[in-house]
Amino acid sequence: MNESCYLDGQASLEGLTVLAGRARRLILEMTHRAGMGHTGGSLSEVELLVALYFGGMRSIDPSRPDRPDRDRFILSKGHATPGYYSVLALRGYFSPELLETFDELGTPLQAHPDMHKLPGVDMSSGSLGQGLSCGIGMAMAAMADPSLGSFRTFVLMGDGELQEGQVWEAAGYAGALRLPGIVAIVDCNAVQLSTATGPFQAPDAVAARFRAFGWDASGVDGHDLAALMPAIASARERAGRGPVVLVATTVKGKGVSFMEGRCEWHGKAPDDGELARALAELGS
Amino acid sequence: MSAGVAQRAAFGRALVELAERYPKMVVLDPDVCPSTQTSLFRAAYPDRFYPMGIAEANAVCVAAGLASCGFVPWVSAFAVFLATRAADQVRVSVAHARQPVKLNGAYGGLPSGRGGATHSAVEDIAVMRTMPNMIVLTPADAAEAGAMVELAMETSAPVYLRTMRCELPDLFGVGWRPDIGRAVELAPGDDVAILSEGMMSARALEAAAILRRDGIAARVLHFGTIKPFDAEAVAKAARECGALVSVENHSRIGGLGSAVCEAAAESDPAVVVRLGFPDCFLESGDDERIFSRYGLDPAGIAAGAREALRRNGSDVSIRRAT
Repeated sequence: MNESCYLDGQASLEGLTVLAGRARRLILEMTHRAGMGHTGGSLSEVELLVALYFGGMRSIDPSRPDRPDRDRFILSKGHATPGYYSVLALRGYFSPELLETFDELGTPLQAHPDMHKLPGVDMSSGSLGQGLSCGIGMAMAAMADPSLGSFRTFVLMGDGELQEGQVWEAAGYAGALRLPGIVAIVDCNAVQLSTATGPFQAPDAVAARFRAFGWDASGVDGHDLAALMPAIASARERAGRGPVVLVATTVKGKGVSFMEGRCEWHGKAPDDGELARALAELGS
Repeated sequence: MSAGVAQRAAFGRALVELAERYPKMVVLDPDVCPSTQTSLFRAAYPDRFYPMGIAEANAVCVAAGLASCGFVPWVSAFAVFLATRAADQVRVSVAHARQPVKLNGAYGGLPSGRGGATHSAVEDIAVMRTMPNMIVLTPADAAEAGAMVELAMETSAPVYLRTMRCELPDLFGVGWRPDIGRAVELAPGDDVAILSEGMMSARALEAAAILRRDGIAARVLHFGTIKPFDAEAVAKAARECGALVSVENHSRIGGLGSAVCEAAAESDPAVVVRLGFPDCFLESGDDERIFSRYGLDPAGIAAGAREALRRNGSDVSIRRAT
């Protein structure tokens, strides 16, 4: 089950696709077992996380999760832990069996990521809007301390999350400084908790808003691994010159027909029947 | 007691003095550096000074990110905006994430340069002391404020240091080194105990002098740390004095008075009179007139002590005569 030994950031496109499929199954099984969890936004971020953890991020090492020069990652959309934990497990940060404890009392797999309970989590999160600022602080640290090796910081946000004002405090701050080292990724899945997202959360609008704040913005299909791998590599490289945002067009609930694009599945777990139908759709 | 140095100046100087010893110390400024005196650090260490613009929420989380990579950031801003506007950022990215971010809540309490309701931080202690992992410090004078900057650098915990805008009388000399979590007895006595925080402690001493003239021996305990709280000092005062009066430059809800009541109720219940601001927003105006209106001057504190004695059934004059 643990692919990290032979993949280790060198996965083929075929291998990445297999990993994404496994992550989706793990997400569904995890939320089903726990009877809770943010299924929709976890399914929309799968390829983004696979691309980051299997090639996009540099110097990450599951056996040394606190390696000082590693690229950092912040799940600013902190509720989407089923997707995050699935990919961390596949990458070898912990045994996939631990996923069975998700959200149970005493588990390191808290409903929202806790950096002190789970090695590999670079920043605790859960209150929307804070991750970009934290990531900017990490990028400033990379600039101020050369011994950290000019690492990059990737921050994954939801499109709904961009309604939080702090995101734009952070965007304005980094943009005005032309701060290098920070890559924001927006999971534009078009659906938030209770409704479709608004016009300013649409991918083109998101890119335009970030550009107005001085960011280098580009768009990508967030489920197309063939496009994502070079897009992340390019963003990582361009981030040496200033802040970069990758606006990823995605589908909430991606891969399960009755979950796709439906806000009902923002924070809901599948029951027995729904799990069986979902897994059948995903295939093996 | 002579009028001494303002705590903000002592804070700004302490940052500069400690900068060489702590090369990872940096300062983040949400555009208030002339007011909170981090401008001194800006002049001395411009490469370690980050102007953050008028955006406290971003500043606190940027500090958390820096801290997660080995830096020790100070965010120095008006107390009211750190503790309430940025409360969620402090809670999640600093306290929950256990990052060694140091917060200087400048302009704590009433003295805000006559800023009135919006700028008077009278809830900040209540907010900060409910946050797990947070140390809350309320220095009495300039020397203690400077010493506490150093204490904050010595701990890996998040710290909220509450400093005053105004000049304050000197209570502790240069070289004073308080202990985190330990109340300091400023005056002995066992008729009544006055338990005070921050700038109120100098007034508490003056109140004790007034009471002494009437034959009342008031113990004065200065709480330079609100969290971790010295509950044992409260219990001892409750046992030995029976009557307590708490004095704070803060709302009577959730601050020192609440902590005193909690500690006394769980150990040695005693009469407690809580002096502080009532459940209202403050107004613009002269600081001392406002303090006096709410009994937060030496005469008002002495009156509070007498009230505590009366409610405790102590007839001090008779006891003294026999």
